[in-house]
Amino acid sequence: MGNRIGLEVSLSAAEAVKMANVDCIAAYPITPQTHIVEHLSELVNDGHLDAEFIPVESEHSAMSVCAGVSAAGARVFTCTSSQGLALMNEIVHIVASMRLPIVTILANRSLSGPLSIWNDHTDVMSIRDCGWIQVFANNGQEVFDHVLFGFKVAENENVMLPLMIHIDGFILTHVIEPVEFWEKDQVEKYLPVFKPVHSLHPDKPVTMGAFGMPFIFSEAKVAQDEPLIQSKSVITAAWKELGDITGRYYKPVETYRNDDAETLFITQGSYGDTVSLVVDELREEGKSVGLVMDRLWRPFPFNEFRDAVKNADNLIIIDRAISYGGQGGPLAIELRSVMYGEKNQPAITNFICGLAGRDMTIKDFKNIYQRAMEKVKGITLEEDYEYYGVRGK
Amino acid sequence: MVAKADSTPSEQVHPLDHLIRTDRIPHIWCTGCGIGTVFSSCLKAMISSGIDLEKTCMVSGIGCTGRGAGYLNLDSFHTTHGRAIPFATGLKLGNPNLNVIVFSGDGDLFAIGGNHFIHGARRNIDMTVICVNNLIYGMTGGQVAATTPVNAKTTTTQSGNPDAPFNLPLMAWASGATYVARWTMLHIRELTACIEKALTRSGFSFIEVLAPCPTNYGRRNREKSLETLRLYRDKTIIKNNADPSELDVDFQKGVILGEFVDRERPTCIENYDRTCRAF
Repeated sequence: MGNRIGLEVSLSAAEAVKMANVDCIAAYPITPQTHIVEHLSELVNDGHLDAEFIPVESEHSAMSVCAGVSAAGARVFTCTSSQGLALMNEIVHIVASMRLPIVTILANRSLSGPLSIWNDHTDVMSIRDCGWIQVFANNGQEVFDHVLFGFKVAENENVMLPLMIHIDGFILTHVIEPVEFWEKDQVEKYLPVFKPVHSLHPDKPVTMGAFGMPFIFSEAKVAQDEPLIQSKSVITAAWKELGDITGRYYKPVETYRNDDAETLFITQGSYGDTVSLVVDELREEGKSVGLVMDRLWRPFPFNEFRDAVKNADNLIIIDRAISYGGQGGPLAIELRSVMYGEKNQPAITNFICGLAGRDMTIKDFKNIYQRAMEKVKGITLEEDYEYYGVRGK
Repeated sequence: MVAKADSTPSEQVHPLDHLIRTDRIPHIWCTGCGIGTVFSSCLKAMISSGIDLEKTCMVSGIGCTGRGAGYLNLDSFHTTHGRAIPFATGLKLGNPNLNVIVFSGDGDLFAIGGNHFIHGARRNIDMTVICVNNLIYGMTGGQVAATTPVNAKTTTTQSGNPDAPFNLPLMAWASGATYVARWTMLHIRELTACIEKALTRSGFSFIEVLAPCPTNYGRRNREKSLETLRLYRDKTIIKNNADPSELDVDFQKGVILGEFVDRERPTCIENYDRTCRAF
């Protein structure tokens, strides 16, 4: 393995993109943006990365340029956040249907309004159904590893889909963490040269982005959904290979002290690391608590999730986004559906918390645990979810 | 409701305080920044023009200049990035009695929101657009903008900007704006007079104001804010009615300031009423 150094997570992500030897980075380089593309512009400028850096005039253009670059058969990266993703939305859906293996880091931040720049998962959930492979990285090392993983999976000839790496804005993007770099030969071994299945070339013309009339549209959509579902085997194989190289084995659903736990916290993103400490403290107090972290968001790992929670009586689902007027946060809505019809029906409580960067400490998660235990005895529909720590409620 | 200014000198009240949300002060603008000067010039013009401040609304986009709307103690709208002009269009068409002022930066108005500017001008929507042009994306860390001069260094063009910047008055003229002027934040009297004029005339008025960004532009391009002001004094030429094609911002050859366009054309609402409501 390469050196283990302390570096801002955004900068180490950029270094991973450099190691992936991308041909092009197209980005709207201003807020909502991170140091990731800023550092990439430095790496290109200083000759450390032989790539085109295109500072476009909006996020909509950023993803449009990525689509063009990828369609021409080159490896492309971009990154954005919150309102930038919202503006990019139109093309985010289109590149998935066009099967363009673009890799994007989304620094998770809240969507306006009120205007905010801080961390939560409202932007993630706004593109839940965009057709991309979506994974959460929980710390700086995972971000680094998943950039290389991302290109490997996205560009697999049986996948050919864009892939988004979710990382918590500020909580991860702006902190310094120890990150172990890969050696160049390890990257070369792990990540083959990009060979597009189809690309735009005058010698062999193809049409991309054409009209899909009603007689073919549904078939086209199924042809898009199937490889996404089937990509799971490629994803798990890529994680296995990554583990064999680095010693870090990732799973679609990560677990911590869950085997014998009566109550499980369910989290996404960097809260997992915090809640693992909560689990330790509650265990010391004699409580039977564990943790399940969803890493793979799309395609959703149904069997792995059901397996991880099969012994639990209570699930405490932590959401960091709202489905206004819905049955709780988006994660809880999804997981209730996943558990429907299972023999073992755990009591599910759902807490929406940490919106727009509001701090969630170990004490807060302990409060949530206590509140959940009070609630599990008599759940009514009105109490399907609760906003944690909101004044005036 | 606009509070009356307290003129008692002993209380040290600034004469524009009644137009400011003082609870939001201190503002975010850096030492040496020009936006505050342009903002106060705009406030002075709003008072001296005699427009009804109860019927005045300021709209801003995102960025340092975009904070303007939030500091104004009148109705104001802080919109999403690039969308100040469409919001302002809706305001004006929804309530034609409003005086609509768009106060935003070069990045917001001419990069992410560039499309809206040309169409606002084309349709001659009755509003005053004031653009503080500091040649860079200031708030977000000094990235290259659509107005950054060739060869200028930014965080995303560290060897120098390879692309040509917009000539904003030329774009405004070509798009159909009926009033176009350019000043620097050093030419405060001329600027205030032009804003006053723009506020009291009808049609799409555009005023570009050059202002220094010492933190993000000056620092990378070896230009201290006082030096920028010297450029504004020594390397500018006042030439009213200049040919819009010669208005590019190039301090080597000199930057032309003045009133360039002042023409009459039916406004969007007048055209609409004549065409769609005549029967």
